[in-house]
Amino acid sequence: MLHRSAEQIGRTELGPRPLPPLGLPRPPSPPPVADTMVDSGLRVIAVRRPAVPMVELRLEIPFGGSQPTHPARAELLAMTLLRGTPRRDRFAIDKVLAGVGADLSARVDPEYLSVSGSTLASGLDVVLDVLGDVLTSASYTTAEVARERDRLLERLTVTRSQPRVIAREALQRRRYGDHPFAREWPEADDVAVVTPAALRALHRRSVVPGGAVLVLVGDIVPARAVEAVASALSGWQSDHPAVGLAALPELTGADLQLVHRDSVQSQLRLSAQAVPRNHERYSALQVANLIFGGYFSSRWVENIREDKGYTYSAHCYFEFTRHGATLIADADTASEVTAAALLETRYELGRIAIMPPEDSEVDSARHYAIGSLTIATSSQRGLASYLATLATLGLDLDWLLTHPARLQAVTTGEVAEAAAEFFAPSRFTGVVVGDAKRLADPLAALGGVELP
Amino acid sequence: MTRIPSPPVAIPSSPVVLHRETLSNGLRVVLSPDQSAPVVAIGVHYDVGFRSEPQGRTGFAHLFEHLMFQGSESLEKLAHFRHVQSSGGTFNGSTHPDYTNYFEAVPSAALERALFIEADRMRAPRITAENLRNQVDVVKEEIRLNVLNRPYGGFPWITLPPVLYDTFPNAHNGYGDFSELEAATVDDCAAFFDVYYAPGNAVLTVSGDFQVDDAIELVHRHFDDVPARPVPARPSFAEPPPDRERRHRHLDSLAPLPALAIGYRLPDPTAGFEGYFAYEVLCAVLSDGDSSRLEQRLVHTDALVTDIGAHCGLFGAPLDARDPDTLTVTAMHPLSVDVNRVLEVIDEEIARLAADGPDPDELARITARWAATLFRENDRLVSRTMSIGAFELLHGRAELVAELPAMVAAVGAEHVANAAAALRPDSRAVLIVEPGTAGQEP
Repeated sequence: MLHRSAEQIGRTELGPRPLPPLGLPRPPSPPPVADTMVDSGLRVIAVRRPAVPMVELRLEIPFGGSQPTHPARAELLAMTLLRGTPRRDRFAIDKVLAGVGADLSARVDPEYLSVSGSTLASGLDVVLDVLGDVLTSASYTTAEVARERDRLLERLTVTRSQPRVIAREALQRRRYGDHPFAREWPEADDVAVVTPAALRALHRRSVVPGGAVLVLVGDIVPARAVEAVASALSGWQSDHPAVGLAALPELTGADLQLVHRDSVQSQLRLSAQAVPRNHERYSALQVANLIFGGYFSSRWVENIREDKGYTYSAHCYFEFTRHGATLIADADTASEVTAAALLETRYELGRIAIMPPEDSEVDSARHYAIGSLTIATSSQRGLASYLATLATLGLDLDWLLTHPARLQAVTTGEVAEAAAEFFAPSRFTGVVVGDAKRLADPLAALGGVELP
Repeated sequence: MTRIPSPPVAIPSSPVVLHRETLSNGLRVVLSPDQSAPVVAIGVHYDVGFRSEPQGRTGFAHLFEHLMFQGSESLEKLAHFRHVQSSGGTFNGSTHPDYTNYFEAVPSAALERALFIEADRMRAPRITAENLRNQVDVVKEEIRLNVLNRPYGGFPWITLPPVLYDTFPNAHNGYGDFSELEAATVDDCAAFFDVYYAPGNAVLTVSGDFQVDDAIELVHRHFDDVPARPVPARPSFAEPPPDRERRHRHLDSLAPLPALAIGYRLPDPTAGFEGYFAYEVLCAVLSDGDSSRLEQRLVHTDALVTDIGAHCGLFGAPLDARDPDTLTVTAMHPLSVDVNRVLEVIDEEIARLAADGPDPDELARITARWAATLFRENDRLVSRTMSIGAFELLHGRAELVAELPAMVAAVGAEHVANAAAALRPDSRAVLIVEPGTAGQEP
């Protein structure tokens, strides 16, 4: 069939047209909120956002543990917390939740036990009743624990066969050695010996309200929602507060470690210490990070993806913990171009550290930061997750509403200073996971890489 | 028809406002105003997916999707990303069996800019040899990331169709072979664009914070002079359902546990959405939540599988493809469990549903949870925009975005029983994934 050539397709008689200007911005209006501590020491944040007849729920309980066996117990506790009480077994819990259009799930990481879910707004009381029931009376029956233990062992083999998990565990060991923060997935040997009694003891000790936060966002009246929580969770009490993860050591720069895996593609993971959201330099560093590799229009992505085709996705992002933050630069790249991709990565780190960005780069990153925050928090679930994360850092809705003004105020000079301090290549540590037979020689030639 | 008892809660409705307009060049436009947040999303759905790509060019529809981001007459390479993001917005695109979509979500102040960007590449994309080579490399990295370098890569969306289907459009790998991606030429791209990316072959969806009259004016301003081109005749991809069980063993050297995928044929949704939704409800009865039939029996009571799921469509979204489409049941199980035992028990549970149908309570729960899931999905402006566009393009019915809960609620026990009866062991594909490499039996 006859068709036009690519040259003909790419041209019109009129020629290129000017980009339309932006209209007037309409800032989001602040939603009604209640943010309060109930008697048990649980912080409750309730926000009215009635776009759909739903409520999103996020519960974050600090859940640190120093013993090497803690991850196995914590993981099994998360898998069985919602699986039965004296009032309802696993199936009855699922049925009562489904009946009101609700879902609840629990997960755990080295810092928090998180219960999250959603419900038709009319079912909120039912969901809170189930939540109160499991928080005070989860059974951890022998049969449930035994079955979930087997499933966890099976799932762990699948989890640990994923390249991103292998790379994450290698990065955590490189950054934090034996610190409990590095233990994100349990060891199979530890899982095999967890008993129901150990889970009940862990629940009594650690599933407690003091220091925890519950976020509700949706078609609710905030004050009434707080009352409903206070009443439904009145039985959830403890004489001691929840215990968070031990403070993390500051990261310092070090050679990257090459970790061998038979593979056709390598994982680059570089990391350096940063500052958290409540730090006065955070906004400047947030903009600097976007310019380096935090969004698609960044220097790193334009270089190693759009110019050289070394990767599908390169991304540099903040990892926030209770007491601090780090930067992680993350890219997967074919074995034959891994060393070249690392060379370009170091070049871009060095470039942003020693040469100030253009004003236009700062403006682009600033507008993206403001706009994408508005977009991400325009849904109930986006706002609920964002507020829950802020709350674990001791921040609130006000921080979210005032952050655009902080981003507006950041100057190119402040961004350049933050970039110079935090993006210096010498501050980074990390790993390259890939086929050492193919990577060792080119990486040795580049230097700054510890070979196996 | 069986009377459905009321669920424990009344299912509220969550209306979606829709306006339609068709431009003189054939572009169909759907507008859905919603002032609840100062954000707009625009989507363009083109009526071409990987089922339409030519033999010898597997992966071409997806590769071409990448090229649509590489600049257009008014926008240099990289300008597309920079203009969307410096306006505070996000973007993406994806390639499906029957369509390819593109979207921008931006603060409402950037509505005109986003429309300009979409119009410019609909009118005059820049397709160059350099950008083609670059994006072939990027797509190969994407395939390494999502398929070649991970366990269960492409399971089941790449590995199941060649077992269930015979014809090239339905059976081939939509991500593509490296050699065929590398063989793609600039002229292939020009031909593909000219045939399939005609304005009359697309739906433009605009939703969020705008006044309808203003948005219509802006749409005319930017899209009216995209020249009309002939709209290609849409081929039928129909093929007969399998006349026996087709089994295939697939060795995965990276997989630690065996996995199983069963593919059944779904009814053609153009024959009536009611018939289709019986299967959607059937999938929920089978695997939605701890109390569902397969979860309860295979995961918990008999402890045969680690995880199990049943879904309409290869990507888990309802009504996301035209006929023929696939209902999939997937499971992962320990090495100690015989896959035939897993199949036997799945068949027993499906046969039990075919004989007795679901309980009224089960249907009430599914109605409530389904409505809730949909409200939640629609609350994300981008998700809602992409659903509206896909429903309008594939089914001529953007209204489905709000009608689905009622359609699910109207499904009766006997409809589900009939759907279960149609999942016949002698007309399906069974894909068995085993850990190991050829020559090294596990």
